[in-house]
Amino acid sequence: MMDCVLPRYKVLRDADLCSGCGLCARTCANGVYRLAKDGGLPSIEPARCVNCQRCVVTCPARALAIVRWPQAGTGSANWTLEAMQDIAKQAQTGGVLLASMGTPSPYPIYWDHLLLNASQVTNPSIDPLREPMETRVFLGSSPEALKVNERQQQVVEPLPPQLKLDMPIMFSAMSFGSISLNAQKALALAARELGTFFNVGEGGMHRDLEPFADCAFAQVASGRFGVDPHYLNTAAAIEVKIGQGAKPGIGGHLPGEKTSAEVSRTRMIPEGSDAISPAPHHDIYSIEDLRQLVFSIKEATGYRKPVAVKIAAVHNAAAIASGMARTGADIIVVDGFRGGTGAAPKRIRDAVGIPVELALAAIDQRLRDEGIRSTVSLVASGSVRNSADVVRAIALGADAVSIGSAALIAMGCHQCGDCSSGRCNWGIATQRPALTERLDPQAAAERVVNLLRAWTCELQEMMGGMGINAVDSLRGNRLMLRGVGLNEKELEILGVKHAGE
Amino acid sequence: MLVAEAKRIEVDLGLSHFKEANEQVRAALAQADEVVVASANAQRYLGCALAAGKRLEIHGTPGNDMGCYMDGGAIEVFGNGQDQVGNTMNGGTIVIHGRCGDAAGYGLRGGTILVRGDCGWRAGIHMKQYEQKRPAIVIGGDAGAFLGEYMAGGAIVLGGRAGSYVASGMHGGIIYLRHPLAAEEVPEGVVQSPLGEEDKGLLAGLLAAYNGAFGREGPSLDGADEGWWCLRPASARPYGGLYAS
Repeated sequence: MMDCVLPRYKVLRDADLCSGCGLCARTCANGVYRLAKDGGLPSIEPARCVNCQRCVVTCPARALAIVRWPQAGTGSANWTLEAMQDIAKQAQTGGVLLASMGTPSPYPIYWDHLLLNASQVTNPSIDPLREPMETRVFLGSSPEALKVNERQQQVVEPLPPQLKLDMPIMFSAMSFGSISLNAQKALALAARELGTFFNVGEGGMHRDLEPFADCAFAQVASGRFGVDPHYLNTAAAIEVKIGQGAKPGIGGHLPGEKTSAEVSRTRMIPEGSDAISPAPHHDIYSIEDLRQLVFSIKEATGYRKPVAVKIAAVHNAAAIASGMARTGADIIVVDGFRGGTGAAPKRIRDAVGIPVELALAAIDQRLRDEGIRSTVSLVASGSVRNSADVVRAIALGADAVSIGSAALIAMGCHQCGDCSSGRCNWGIATQRPALTERLDPQAAAERVVNLLRAWTCELQEMMGGMGINAVDSLRGNRLMLRGVGLNEKELEILGVKHAGE
Repeated sequence: MLVAEAKRIEVDLGLSHFKEANEQVRAALAQADEVVVASANAQRYLGCALAAGKRLEIHGTPGNDMGCYMDGGAIEVFGNGQDQVGNTMNGGTIVIHGRCGDAAGYGLRGGTILVRGDCGWRAGIHMKQYEQKRPAIVIGGDAGAFLGEYMAGGAIVLGGRAGSYVASGMHGGIIYLRHPLAAEEVPEGVVQSPLGEEDKGLLAGLLAAYNGAFGREGPSLDGADEGWWCLRPASARPYGGLYAS
């Protein structure tokens, strides 16, 4: 069959700068470069290039650059080159198109339409360099009223378990299998250093991560991989994964090639077998059933661990969250459709779900209207790109945010979106030993720590500018936001005024 | 709480909420290796994460999620089980002198569940296995639809008749059937065949376990040498060709 799939990228090599060292050929796991037998420059097969930029970054002569394949489309805004290439690929294979990371489709990014306030004259701004600025938050459910024995100065009833975060930012769930153990170790090291939490994802907890368990979320997904009493009781908190923003409504599928000996041990399934997480949990068909699972976890952990429930941001997110808040869940996590993934069907990644900004605002408002917002914590994720997004999310009602893609980018990810191939040249989304050893957990953790330290400084600066000295005072404080370029309905859902109002 | 013998405590759960009921059972288990629940009234999670060396004898009707995350202990029910018996169980044995509800042994990774009578839908869904952990479910009676759905490991034995959609998405393990499926009922990617020599030992052991538990209560399951069929996946990678690469 004629291959109508064009290369996506073209490799530009500056022959004047290239020393012919061949490092590019040794670096690229995709096989773009091939060493020449006669000692000449490596040959180039551009169709294999995914634009991960590893060769560009590591080329000692700076002789390489990747550009888009220069083929012009027809000029049609409808039949774009990409639309036609997708059809060519499916016509040749009959397969479901796979994609990775968050959707690149040009849907509105509401973060970019929300501007932050700053104090002028009255309620003057606070300088975080001179004055204390509280970024610590606690996640967990709160009792309706605090009963205190005034004479003994003690709380009468035990409080539900809480997680203490030194900054309102955690790491999203990324399983061992979807990312390498070194990448997970980097997140674990960073979480401990920063006083926050990482999430082992649904693939169980590798024994090397157990020393970090006090800053780990254990995840329980439909496949129940690696879930046993030890796993549940080792972690600081447990997250029930109902859905993921990048692929709402479908489950997970780790292909057998990625089920290495170590992945197999951690997931407790045979080596080389597909790890299939069905779309639904088969013990959950209702909010009542979710409550049953939440309490089974609480029973198994002696009510000592907060239980989070994560859903994808979808059309009825607010109504669903209202139900979730009544299941005994301590934390609700809502994951928007721009969130990353190791692999998702492209059509689902690009067409299913809604932006987290809208879902978050709607959920926060609904829970407030029903008088139950304070009974649960709310965590937003799904493409939080910088500290201003963190401020926006908190002002829309989040107690904290989770980041996945941003942390991976800090480690070296260049968002090529080829995670599902297992050939990640950055050692992140791969299980190949030759590639995973490229990622030094200590060095990667340092980069992630640097990133979040910088974000925390910026968060303090922005809060200070608003005259706010604690994240608690920013939460749900939508008066600190103004919309630009949004219509009435969007402003209504976001619960913010337009700039100038 | 009655201390009947040195190491056997009896508790009466009455109509207590599951939280108090399980506290009561756990307190008793802390004192004795064997606890008898005299009257379970649909309290959930009984035997949750029950550890090796501990035994729970339940009279009455335990609630959903009995033996969830069970970790090597033993539960014997003189009555019927409800939904999700042995949910995400890691090891141990559950014996039910009656029938059980839906999704028995969901995500079962280790241990054995023996059900004298029928079971509901989706029994053994997503059972898996890892090295020496090879879980098993033996059902003496009939099974509801979707028996062994997404099955990834271990063994299911069905003495009665299967409902529809047996072994949908099966990609590991084995299902032993006393009554073979009609050819059109065998799902894509699953192969039905008479027993091979290598299957007979495992089946004989499971039948012996069933007969040992229920032999005096009704017809026994026998004939490991003949009259049994088995279902196994054609491939451990049923969805390997689903995606365009």
